[in-house]
Amino acid sequence: MSIQDFERIPKSDRIDRLKENLFKKMPVIEADRAVLLTESYKQTEGLPIVERRAKAFRNICENIPITIRDEELIVGSATIAPRGCQVFPEYSFEWLESEFDTVATRKADPFYISEETKDTLRKVYPYWKGKTSSDLASSYMADETKIAMAHSIFTPGNYFYNGVGHITVLYDKVIEKGFSGIIQEAKAELEKCDVSDADYAKKTSFLNAAIESMETAITYAKRYSKLASEMAQKETNETRKKELLKISENCKNVPEKGAETFYEACQSFWFVQMLIQMEGSGHSISPGRFDQYMYPYYKKDIDRGNITNEFAQELIDCVWVKLNDLNKVRDAASAEGFAGYSLFQNLIAGGQTIDGLDATNELSFMCIYASMHVLLPQPSFSIRVWNGSPLEFLIKAAELTRTGVGLPAYYNDEIIIPALLNRGLTMEEARDYNIIGCVEPQKAGKTDGWHDAAFFNMCRVLELTFNNGMDKGELVGIKTGDVSDFKTFDEFYDAYKKQMNYQIKLLVNADNSIDVAHSVRCPLPFLSSMVDDCFKRGKTVQEGGAVYNFTGPQGFGIANMADSLYAIKKLVFEQKKLTLAEFKEALDNNYGRTSDNIDAEKLTTEIVKQLASSGKEVNEKVIEDVYKEVAKYNVDLGKKEKYDALLEMIDSLPKFGNDIDDVDSFARDVAYTYTKPLEKYKNPRGGMFQAGLYPVSANVPLGASTGATPDGRLAGKPVADGVSPSSGKDVNGPTASANSVARLDHFIASNGTLFNMKFHPSALEGRTGLENFVALIRAYFDQKGMHMQFNVVSRETLKDAQLHPENYKTLVVRVAGYSALFTTLSKSLQDDIINRTEQRGF
Amino acid sequence: MDNRDLDTVGRIFNIQRFSVHDGPGIRTIVFLKGCAFRCRWCCNPESQSFEIETMNMDGKIKTEGKDVTVREVMDTVIKDRPYYRRSGGGLTLSGGESLLQPEFAVALLRTAKNNGISTAMESTGFASFDVIERFLPYLDLYLMDIKHINSQKHKEFIGKPNELVLENAKKIAQKAKKLIIRVPVIPTFNDTKEEIREIAEFASKLENVDEIHLLPYHRLGADKYRWLGRKYLMEDIVPPDNEKMQELKRVAESTGLKCQIGG
Repeated sequence: MSIQDFERIPKSDRIDRLKENLFKKMPVIEADRAVLLTESYKQTEGLPIVERRAKAFRNICENIPITIRDEELIVGSATIAPRGCQVFPEYSFEWLESEFDTVATRKADPFYISEETKDTLRKVYPYWKGKTSSDLASSYMADETKIAMAHSIFTPGNYFYNGVGHITVLYDKVIEKGFSGIIQEAKAELEKCDVSDADYAKKTSFLNAAIESMETAITYAKRYSKLASEMAQKETNETRKKELLKISENCKNVPEKGAETFYEACQSFWFVQMLIQMEGSGHSISPGRFDQYMYPYYKKDIDRGNITNEFAQELIDCVWVKLNDLNKVRDAASAEGFAGYSLFQNLIAGGQTIDGLDATNELSFMCIYASMHVLLPQPSFSIRVWNGSPLEFLIKAAELTRTGVGLPAYYNDEIIIPALLNRGLTMEEARDYNIIGCVEPQKAGKTDGWHDAAFFNMCRVLELTFNNGMDKGELVGIKTGDVSDFKTFDEFYDAYKKQMNYQIKLLVNADNSIDVAHSVRCPLPFLSSMVDDCFKRGKTVQEGGAVYNFTGPQGFGIANMADSLYAIKKLVFEQKKLTLAEFKEALDNNYGRTSDNIDAEKLTTEIVKQLASSGKEVNEKVIEDVYKEVAKYNVDLGKKEKYDALLEMIDSLPKFGNDIDDVDSFARDVAYTYTKPLEKYKNPRGGMFQAGLYPVSANVPLGASTGATPDGRLAGKPVADGVSPSSGKDVNGPTASANSVARLDHFIASNGTLFNMKFHPSALEGRTGLENFVALIRAYFDQKGMHMQFNVVSRETLKDAQLHPENYKTLVVRVAGYSALFTTLSKSLQDDIINRTEQRGF
Repeated sequence: MDNRDLDTVGRIFNIQRFSVHDGPGIRTIVFLKGCAFRCRWCCNPESQSFEIETMNMDGKIKTEGKDVTVREVMDTVIKDRPYYRRSGGGLTLSGGESLLQPEFAVALLRTAKNNGISTAMESTGFASFDVIERFLPYLDLYLMDIKHINSQKHKEFIGKPNELVLENAKKIAQKAKKLIIRVPVIPTFNDTKEEIREIAEFASKLENVDEIHLLPYHRLGADKYRWLGRKYLMEDIVPPDNEKMQELKRVAESTGLKCQIGG
């Protein structure tokens, strides 16, 4: 039965201390896993890979150093140092080796690595040469695919170098039956195998590996039980002593047996969560519907009077802190694409039951409160919204949004459920969906969605179309004709679609090569013991053991593409302001704004200043001469004027994001050029490809390798984020922007779409502000939008916007019925607004 | 739909979507051009003259004022219907003063109501009551400013006396579906406890009125005076702080009215 409201429970003091302890130091890279893995691999050379993986997992879990941190109630840490990370050389290692000396000082997600660790890893690495999943994937790929990747048309870097992750396992099953129960299931399946079965060898090998992995998980928990009991003996503080004894008892019981209490259920959940990330390096291991599968244990304890709401909240808060204890080191480029040490452990609350009734319960509210208490990026907290969601639940979620922590993200049941039905899920499964990673919907415990399969840059394909398939002197696309060949817009658009189709094929080749490599070199028997129907199929998830198999690569740059193609259509083919060849020339010259040109102006000023200070006469003629000299190698001045005029023409055209039907419908069609062709391709696990439309944070680094685009975007600048309008181009406010985005077809982008909005806290002020905010989300969802997330800017952000207005061109502030772009206000008015924010707080 | 209404032309200078401070819910505000008052603190000085003006925004020229049909305005207003529905919002007329363009404003309100969109109007109430009466059937909420009880001071800061305003307030209160009194709180003009109390007491005696809004002065319109080539007479006035506003709120509430700070 659903509840309408549940009062906020105060935060325990413990939580702040756990947090403080976690964030004292820079995260550290530890080598133990790599050493133990390699040691085991050397001893198991001749065995089937799935058994080698199980034995390596055992060697790691039995011998890796363990620790219980101060005041923890939920235990199990992958590293001794808080927020540290292990390394996974079986996927790839060269990048880390080459970044040993820069990983601690880089801007995005730095990690400390000691000289000793470097030495240890250097000894381990030679074994892995040529043996990684990355090496194998590379050997499978077609040459033309490698060329396209080298030219940054798309990048499957995530899974190319790391594990896949991106899954929600059957947490509920482990918590209920314990691994001993699941081992019984595996043994029963083994009993059924007949020696004459065609798949006997593979199936029994896998089942034995799964059993060994689950036994390993039990052993690992028992090490904690022993450690806690030893610590309890030495502990002088009576309260802590009791806590440690309780921890010891918990770890003795779970995850071996089914959980009896809510506390045990939390501990059991945690071992599963962290051990999955010990076995493989994939991120986005998503806890999913925590409020649903944990509820029976909470309810039982509450009904029996075994637990208070305060303690239940404290345990949930502890789980939230622990989710921030896990970490992952990525290569420098990927670190920029996934900035913020994020592991994308998506946990979702609310929504519907499998029967289609509202599912909101006490824990749904407590999850919101946990995020308010902890105020950390993990878990990636999400809210399911449907027509029957209680208002108070959404109001509490909006209060969390108002803190400025960037959580939760909101998801629309009314579109995701039909989108999943369209992908072959049953109604009950679709109603039970949760989100993986950023925005990717699926059914837990049955799906291997391969959700983050690649970033595909649609703008780069447009560049190929302009250049007849060529890029930097190499044929990267196909020959679709010279710019002067196109007589109509449709001819040009068709050429673009042909280039798209070709690159999509190569993308499929890249993903499928990597997919096979994972199944051959890094099958995951532990993970697979918690996904249906691996046992019955006798296969790991990586080999196609899951019921549903998808591959979901992300297209991005929709807004740029829509605005670009619209500009070409209008200016070249309808208004005939310039030829396509002239447009190409403008793009090649970055509208006369190459970085060299900007420098030319600066350089001229400096030279002239020097001349003046050295006593030389400086007049206009001198300045002009200097400028001409400096700018000689750049675009000539006459052309620059022409480009300026072109930019002005582009600027005056309608843009996506302003609720203008003509251009928004056009954007919908442009999105199809990516989402539709992809659907016909199959992956090696027997599933299909499905598109997502979101770039995580890769729109910035990948924008850097993208030339100027016909929407007026200069070379190297970020590409539009998600399905959001181009930065600064949506000028009619949030409802107009949302209406435009809702006009895209979100059903077909069933791997997820991402819509970001920025708000000033004044928009969420008071009860009325929260109600209007919830109404905004609901109205976007009424129009079939899929996802929404919000940045509520803080006073600090406003101050930063004063210093760096160029980064905040679209920041709208709304005060007292007057709304304005913050950066266009005078300093004193900006100060007024900043002070108001301070006065009113959040 | 009545084509005569749809073809009616009026002069506006802005349409503001996602407005959350002028009436309930998420609203679209249509700003009509032209006003009888010349309030010194006015944050929309481009609203005052009926004439189409040009504003020089530090080099960037912007035309203020545009003649549009009801149909054109409704094309925009209708776009946010899902938001009105979810938030209890709708259309708000502001200005300027809508009472000065009755043909257009009434046609717009009537069309909105025919489309199931809730309506509100921010108004000075400074017009013959015959004119005001034409608006009332199509208005769900009348947001009326009462800025001062002393007619002399009213005239000094606003350019017109207040007798007509106060008289109309009584009549509107009797006939409007809902009337809320709003007071811009302007330092040096009406920000003493006594002045606010007088206004609140007047409002509390109006029939069917139970709510008053105190709108703290802000200088977000200051730049516009410069852009219009006009002098901003309130340069030295500092917006009232929160403590002050809370104090005035208590004064207003002492008359038995509900009071909120801000729209």
